[in-house]
Amino acid sequence: MDEEKEWETLITASLSDLLKEGDFYAEIPETPVVTHRLMVPPGLSGEVIWSASNGRYKLNDSILKIRDKDGREHPLTLCQRWPIKTPRPASKRLPLSRPLITGQRILDTLYPIAKGGAAAVPGGFGTGKTVTQHQLAKWCDADIIIYVGCGERGNEMTQALAEFSQITDPRTGRPLTDRTVLIANTSNMPVAAREASIYTGITIAEYYRDMGYHTALMADSTSRWAEALREISGRLEEMPAEEGFPAYLPSRLSEFYERAGSFKNLNGSEGSITVIGAVSPQGADFSEPVTQNTKRFTRCFWALDKALAYARHYPAINWTDSYSEYFGDLADWYRKEVGNDFVHCRNEIHTLLVEEKRLMEIVKLIGADVLPDDQKLIIETARVIRVGFLQQNATDPTDTYVPLIKQLKMMRCILRLHNGSAELISNKVPLSKITALGLFDRLTSMKYDVPNDNQEILDTYLTQIDKELAALKKTV
Amino acid sequence: MIYEYAGLSQIAGPLVVLEDVRDPSFEETAVIKVNDGTERHGRIIKIDGNSVTLQIFEGTRGISTNNTLTSFTGKPMDLPLSPEIIGRIFNGLGNPIDGMGAVFPLCRRDINGAPINPVRRVYPRNYIKTGISSIDSLATLIRGQKLPIFSGSGMKHNELAAQIVRQASVTDDGNFAVVFAAMGVKNDVADYFRRSFEESNVMNKVVMFLNLSNDPIIERIITPRCALTAAEYLAYDLGMNVLVVLTDMTSYAEALREFSSSKGEIPGRKGFPGYLYSDLASIYERAGIIEGSKGSVTQIPILTMPNDDITHPIPDLTGYITEGQIVLDRSLDSTGIYPPVSILPSLSRLMKDGIGAEYTREDHSALANQLFSSYAKVQDAKALASVIGEDELSPDDKMILAFGREFEKHFLNQGYTENRSIEDTLNLGWDLLSMLPRRLLDRVDGETLNKYHKENKENQTS
Repeated sequence: MDEEKEWETLITASLSDLLKEGDFYAEIPETPVVTHRLMVPPGLSGEVIWSASNGRYKLNDSILKIRDKDGREHPLTLCQRWPIKTPRPASKRLPLSRPLITGQRILDTLYPIAKGGAAAVPGGFGTGKTVTQHQLAKWCDADIIIYVGCGERGNEMTQALAEFSQITDPRTGRPLTDRTVLIANTSNMPVAAREASIYTGITIAEYYRDMGYHTALMADSTSRWAEALREISGRLEEMPAEEGFPAYLPSRLSEFYERAGSFKNLNGSEGSITVIGAVSPQGADFSEPVTQNTKRFTRCFWALDKALAYARHYPAINWTDSYSEYFGDLADWYRKEVGNDFVHCRNEIHTLLVEEKRLMEIVKLIGADVLPDDQKLIIETARVIRVGFLQQNATDPTDTYVPLIKQLKMMRCILRLHNGSAELISNKVPLSKITALGLFDRLTSMKYDVPNDNQEILDTYLTQIDKELAALKKTV
Repeated sequence: MIYEYAGLSQIAGPLVVLEDVRDPSFEETAVIKVNDGTERHGRIIKIDGNSVTLQIFEGTRGISTNNTLTSFTGKPMDLPLSPEIIGRIFNGLGNPIDGMGAVFPLCRRDINGAPINPVRRVYPRNYIKTGISSIDSLATLIRGQKLPIFSGSGMKHNELAAQIVRQASVTDDGNFAVVFAAMGVKNDVADYFRRSFEESNVMNKVVMFLNLSNDPIIERIITPRCALTAAEYLAYDLGMNVLVVLTDMTSYAEALREFSSSKGEIPGRKGFPGYLYSDLASIYERAGIIEGSKGSVTQIPILTMPNDDITHPIPDLTGYITEGQIVLDRSLDSTGIYPPVSILPSLSRLMKDGIGAEYTREDHSALANQLFSSYAKVQDAKALASVIGEDELSPDDKMILAFGREFEKHFLNQGYTENRSIEDTLNLGWDLLSMLPRRLLDRVDGETLNKYHKENKENQTS
């Protein structure tokens, strides 16, 4: 930080106020969207005995003095220091009940993460870890984004810098950089700094959480951090455990991920930290120690799949290996805030995908032609789900962010077509006649055809599906 | 005052230990005079109290514990640089071996370089036309990128690299240079590159650093760093567009392993040191463009995957650092297709921002997506055909299979000297996709299809 820069400071505490640890005493408009609230450092409390007037101050200027119960005086400045490996205290943990909305269909609908949760994104090289992390950093509905580039490519950080300053945050209308902290440790920078970068990130996240913000931390990639641990441990000649990693790898990982959560802060405000850690397993082998141990301490697992990435199905999140333990906790929120049938639709979509996987095993052996029509229909619907729903184009202006309500309406359309067709097939209408209507193809491209701000079009899709299927029923 | 230390206390492989050295500094270089009249060079890699461990670049053969005089230079290893290095040939340590005498240095640079602050970088966007369809359309090379070729012994990676150098459009405006670093390759390979540079009349633009397979391994660890220091000088001081070819990174990593085990370090996967990732990154990350400089450093490292295994630590870690990869495939190679680029695992991460209407053509991205997706289906159809036979396939699968064959024969396959323009490549892609009916093309929007897809009656009936 530039120690010479002056900040416009508004002092909110007044003389003879009694301040506890964590209480706010001044405000600084850090960027147009973020108000930086200055807090009494943890472990300190007392009576205000002097305060400066509002005005412009430098980082290390004292603007307030408090006297603690032992009569000692403590000057407070515009900054505070905190050891990065110690979690900042909060008064209590709150249950996780709200999702972090990302605008990415497969994440929001199938495998959502709660505000205050922790997720792992493992994947071999080229499977889109960084693109996924960038998408989350761009679109998720947290107040503050901390992006830790830990041992990754220099050009990627440059890209993030350039892109984030160009994209405007849909909620505030300001560039994304106004709410983002980037921590860059590229792969050719010192290893010791890489080990620290993750902790620096989470400490900054905790600091903003204490101000009452919802923060999200993206760490790309925690494997590089684990390798830094291994390298340092090797140089210290410690006894190695699995694959040369030190035996304390699991405890370090759990310490880090446990700093995520939804909290009631010391000053009574509420804030959360969501942690999304990318993992780069060696040889894309998920059985290696970093992936396995990360799985133990995160409740959301978004497995990136090489085969999907090779077919350029992005985001290449495998829908059968991934899971989210948060969905149950969040179901009530979805029912209340999005739609009563959301959970039902989501489960049906998920069942169809699982069913398709089972059928594809058969198809791989004997070909699709021999399946009966009702099973062919599952494959056809699953294709629409995969291509029209799960696949999402990060470079397309409409498709890059999709509001929850549109996600729900898309699901409704797909399921209406599926159930309608299933009924026709049970009445001996051949599937080929149904596909000839072109409805499946229309649903595949609805993500591009329907603009985000005019989702009512999707309701007309529903009536159209009903109409065309009914017409077909009459002719047969 | 310069001290000379007589004798050594210990010799282990390429490492020697000296006691009672006054004020040594890490990475400082040293000159060792042996009493047979030769002079060797070393670098401090460990300081323990007054005892200092040196690595000897030329090897320790013929050295005994009492026939040497060692003096320290007081500075880390650096490379003498001036515009005259262009057209010269050096050994792996940066000493000229073409018999044309020493370089008169305008400046000396630490060979380890310094990491570039991401804020000072310029995000690479300018695409480099290589004239090779599979690369230009599907894994586009961007100026300032690091794009390795993953190959295997016996495949045509050298030919491919030479063709890229020859046809790369960075060579258009004359203000370019090629830095070629050979690490542990056979003399014939180095010679092949020299000849191909001569044939394409670029030899006077090439700086070569040669560490052949029988040269010392310690020198091999220095070679890419010397080459990149020279490249950075040409790019950022002289404003040239530099293409760096590094071959073979596998030999480099193996040299690092040999060196690490002689230092007694704890080995990681497959015996490679735990810091292999950081070490490779310190090489690959030296590609890029810096704000305020006209030049760029583009890297094409070549590595041979041991046993064609892409999960081996060397290709694996490389893939995590570089911005994509071009993977060669042995089954394509054995059917005589050149270049045998396996497009599904190949990728260029910077491609998405360097193509499109501004740079290549507006349909490029859609076409590439569709080709990838359709070719992935070809693999599924092939797998199915090998189980139930081609005759039993559905008509769609048969069409896809036919598309796959034509794609390999006409799109991937091209001559050693065939230089296709981007227009030709993209049109060829659409010609091939036109073999498939529109309903099988789900990655392209209707408008683009109307413009480029040439569906005719013949295809509809087949």
